[in-house]
Amino acid sequence: MSEDRATVTIEVDGREIQAKAGDMLINVTDAAGIPIPRFCYHKKLSVAANCRMCLVEVENVPKPLPACATPVNDGMKVYTRSPKAIAAQKGTMEFLLINHPLDCPICDQGGECELQDVAMGYGGDVSRFVEAKRVVPNPDLGPLVSTDMTRCIHCTRCVRFGAEIAGIRELGATGRGEHMRIGTYVEHALNSELSGNIIDVCPVGALTSKPFRFRARAWELTQFDGIAPHDAVGANIHLHVQNGKVMRVVPKENEAINETWISDRDRFSYEGLYSSDRLMQPMLKDNGAWREVEWEEALEAAVNGLRAAMGSDSAQFGTLIAPTSTVEELYLAQKLTRGLGSGNIDHRLRQTDFRSLGDHPPFPWLNGAIADLEDVDAALVIGSHTRKEQPLLAHRLRKAALKGAYVALLNPFEVPLSHDAEQIAVSPASMVAELAAIAKAAGVKATGDLKKRIDGAKPDDRHKAIAQRLRDAGHGRILLGNLAAAHPDYVLLQALASELAQTVGAGLGYLPVAANSVGAAIAGAEAGRLPGWKRTDAAALDAGAMLEKGLRTYLIAGIDPELDCANPAGAVATLAGAECVVALTAYRTPTLEQVADVMLPMALFAETSGTYVNGEGTWQGARGVVAPVGKARPAWKILRVLGNLLGLEGFDYESADAVRSELEAECEGFEPAAGEIELGDAALMLQNDGLVRAGDVPIYAADTLVRRAGALQHTPDATTGFVSLNPTEAARAGLADAREVRVTQGENSVTLPLEIDPAVPDGCVRIPAGVPGSAGLGVPFGAVGLEKG
Amino acid sequence: MANEVCFRTLDLDRPWLLEQYQSRGGYEVLSRILKEQTPPSEIIEEVKKSGLRGRGGAGFPTGVKWGFINRDAPGEKYIVCNSDEGEPGTFKDRDILRYNPHQLIEGMAIAAYVIGARRGYNYIRGEFWEPYERFEAALEEAREAGFLGDDILGSGFDFELHAHLGAGAYICGEETALLESIEGKKGQPRFKPPFPAQFGLYGRPTIINNTESLASIPEILRQGGDWFRELGVENSGGTKLFAVSGNVNNPGVFEVRMGMPFAELLELAGGMKEGRQLKAVIPGGSSAPVIPGAQMMDLTMDYDAIQKAGSMLGSGAVIVLDDSNCMVKVLERMSYFYHEESCGQCTPCREGTGWLYRVVHRIETGQGRPEDLDLLDDVATKIPGRTICALGDAAAMPVSGMLRHFRDEFAYHVEHGRCMVGGNGNGNSN
Repeated sequence: MSEDRATVTIEVDGREIQAKAGDMLINVTDAAGIPIPRFCYHKKLSVAANCRMCLVEVENVPKPLPACATPVNDGMKVYTRSPKAIAAQKGTMEFLLINHPLDCPICDQGGECELQDVAMGYGGDVSRFVEAKRVVPNPDLGPLVSTDMTRCIHCTRCVRFGAEIAGIRELGATGRGEHMRIGTYVEHALNSELSGNIIDVCPVGALTSKPFRFRARAWELTQFDGIAPHDAVGANIHLHVQNGKVMRVVPKENEAINETWISDRDRFSYEGLYSSDRLMQPMLKDNGAWREVEWEEALEAAVNGLRAAMGSDSAQFGTLIAPTSTVEELYLAQKLTRGLGSGNIDHRLRQTDFRSLGDHPPFPWLNGAIADLEDVDAALVIGSHTRKEQPLLAHRLRKAALKGAYVALLNPFEVPLSHDAEQIAVSPASMVAELAAIAKAAGVKATGDLKKRIDGAKPDDRHKAIAQRLRDAGHGRILLGNLAAAHPDYVLLQALASELAQTVGAGLGYLPVAANSVGAAIAGAEAGRLPGWKRTDAAALDAGAMLEKGLRTYLIAGIDPELDCANPAGAVATLAGAECVVALTAYRTPTLEQVADVMLPMALFAETSGTYVNGEGTWQGARGVVAPVGKARPAWKILRVLGNLLGLEGFDYESADAVRSELEAECEGFEPAAGEIELGDAALMLQNDGLVRAGDVPIYAADTLVRRAGALQHTPDATTGFVSLNPTEAARAGLADAREVRVTQGENSVTLPLEIDPAVPDGCVRIPAGVPGSAGLGVPFGAVGLEKG
Repeated sequence: MANEVCFRTLDLDRPWLLEQYQSRGGYEVLSRILKEQTPPSEIIEEVKKSGLRGRGGAGFPTGVKWGFINRDAPGEKYIVCNSDEGEPGTFKDRDILRYNPHQLIEGMAIAAYVIGARRGYNYIRGEFWEPYERFEAALEEAREAGFLGDDILGSGFDFELHAHLGAGAYICGEETALLESIEGKKGQPRFKPPFPAQFGLYGRPTIINNTESLASIPEILRQGGDWFRELGVENSGGTKLFAVSGNVNNPGVFEVRMGMPFAELLELAGGMKEGRQLKAVIPGGSSAPVIPGAQMMDLTMDYDAIQKAGSMLGSGAVIVLDDSNCMVKVLERMSYFYHEESCGQCTPCREGTGWLYRVVHRIETGQGRPEDLDLLDDVATKIPGRTICALGDAAAMPVSGMLRHFRDEFAYHVEHGRCMVGGNGNGNSN
């Protein structure tokens, strides 16, 4: 629409400016660098025109006009600083201030307050208002956002953010006139995974960060750039540092990546840096007892343990590294592992189906720019709790949906969305059949096992509609999410999705599991893949095989084995049985104390330089902005020293940049290819008529850092584990009146609270993974038995 | 001379009944239009010719407004009647709903035909329960008689009309807040443009007219635009309902010809109560600036005359004040109303109406300061024209008007901490 609008010339304060007809005046003056004060206007939100601060004089118009809501037209003459404009602006300023408290000295917004700033230019020094000021009670919005509603100037940015961006209208303005209040009506904690953004959009100190409350003044903070380490967006952030500590995180604008938003996970996870279980000093296990040691001693012990794995026994050594690690860490970990003669390295810790997809599978990335997601006409998402798994990618999909895109989801339970969508929710055991039905409806021709699946499928109207909409779409996208990646028939889902994508002419993309899942693949931290995602036929065990077979020696980096591995009970048992486990870890946990022999304290995000490759393949580097706590060291340095001490070649890096440069050189010529799937043996693994577990990873359980972010762990999305069933299944299992349920999965069993949830389909029981309550169980998808606990 | 248009059936027994309305030619105009398939443009021309101006207060020519809608554009269009009569002093539309609901229904059906609407709403003030019930009963009669519904009188024209009872917010009388309210949202005015004719109810082209305007339509079309216009005076065609209240012997609603001298209207209303002196008149609802009594006695009741005197005819709500009224008290009551009814959306109105009320209240209770008069004047100039809707203007104009004509009374209050007129200042004759 912007393309076919005429260019017009307007005059602002005597200066000629070219603009597109119909553009709002404030956009034109902003682009030209002409300041106009404003409060309710926000470039990402709809125009409200309620604050009346941006009033300007327009020639031949008797009343001053709000620049935010006045479209420009040719020849228009605007005066932003004329006596009439200034009088209107100052008038509004006075009205805004009469009831605003003079509590700037104790207000967290002080020093970065839009009202304060504008009042410097337009406010008077003494108030003419001698009456008592308005006082407004503060609603409790939960652990993230602090409220001081007496300071509210009713701009409704937060309300519009909820309605328009987050897509769930949690805040609203109730009451009239002076009694107008912003709140949730019935008091409740905010539920949106993007809720923290209302802190940024609030121009005053009415909504501020609760974890940051009263911690520091804005002018005491030093701002550094960073990359959020939690999902495949790699949101650009500013880290605010005081006295060597990260005090808070706010978004850094990057239209292509995160626009102006960040998720609550990105904003509040920094609290995990200062969790009480941070490992401050290297530790060594002596005859079953842990003692703090100096680095030299710890490194020596680690090297001795690893050296034993060299040579003929190297196949008995393996490395498990978190996909949240930096590219540098991932690259050095694979270099070290392969230097020791082993191909056993993997970051795909939550994956369970590693069957072959042939020699040239598609590269597991988004397959396009993040911003392109909002331009799709039709999307099919397979296995993703989009909002809680990929908050900002879900926001892009929402934008597409609002523009009319058709979005369909195939999941083991119905997920709450912020847009219209067709949702197919079936037991995990039926997901392959459902996808096969869509493929059949689309006319997919396949061979072998896949053909068997498609031939047996029975497409209904919904499957046909999805196939048709994908086929009709000019820009269609099929996306495989984390619930697909953890599925025991992942290769079947991928193969069907790939065939479907080809048949309907849609792109096939992956919603990567973690911040650096793509980076890990590129860095070669994957079984069978060298840096640059080059294939290797050298013997290699994937993450699943390493933990199933039981190796003699393990190097683990950045993981809590009982929470980060697909089969937590199995992983802990295997590691406990190993001869030597060297753990690079930021945290000291009972499980690590049980399974590890050496714990080397590693730095976390913000404490170390490093690079993240996001879902669209953009390399984003971040500097360490604070010193690591205690004696922790950046993991890339620990790996470098280990390499040196082990006498391996090529570990003489002087900086993280040097590591990155080496990897970049190895990646030359690498292009993420669409690939081709050749399915070998692909029998249906998950066949079960009884109850099947679906184990999603809750948003605040995704990685070691966020699991220790105090405030996030008190939100409604935080959980230590539960069992949820629909009422029919609960009754069938004799659990209608049960409060707790004994869950048995194979040889393991745990007791968890029961939640009745109609969003869970028949045949399915939702038991989240990655949380302490289910750490005693096995893989996230599999048959389980339930009895009253 | 009186009761020629909206009240032309007032003399009948139970004039709100369909048969009574029909006994005076009711629904004949609609029937004729549908039978002859009169081109809508002809009807618009006739309405323009009549000089009918919006009777809700703004006085915008009704025929011109109807012309804003392209009736042939695809999709739904709406006709909405504004019966949310909330301006203090105004109670004229209530009597149309009570005594002549069918004429309003006929007017709305004709308007719907003209703009191509198939659905209409009559938004009725929340407190008007009895008029609402009577209007609903009339709707039922009209539906049964085939004047509403599908294929009206076999013409192929469909029109369904619904009554919508408000919930008591004055702001919902503002046309876009009214639309929000019908849509089930909080009653807050929308920013314009776009105007309702482009983006109205549910985002569709919509015409919103006042009850009296719409109820005038059948008679205008029956007797002709020229006939109507010539009932009144230059720029103020036709008759007008005046709701006369205050210190008069016979308060009520009077339909008279535009341009009637105020003195005659006062006579119709029975003259001043207890023979007291006329002090001032608020000629067009509480937001209209006050006019001193002596000046008012020389004015005629039409748009131009009242405007020349520095006020406005508004909705035709004439509040008559005798010399027992304390103007500070009067203004305090009005300022309280606007403070209470501001929707809270725009800063100047949300904050300014409260400020005005508090200062006037302080003066009224003997706590005024000499600088308060200038402060009031100044604050009252900083609200009008700077808000989304006109409520801010409505709150400020009475303040400016009172200070213009009765500043000495305010100064006396400040200086002596009490009232100049003695007594309780509430208008003793009440």
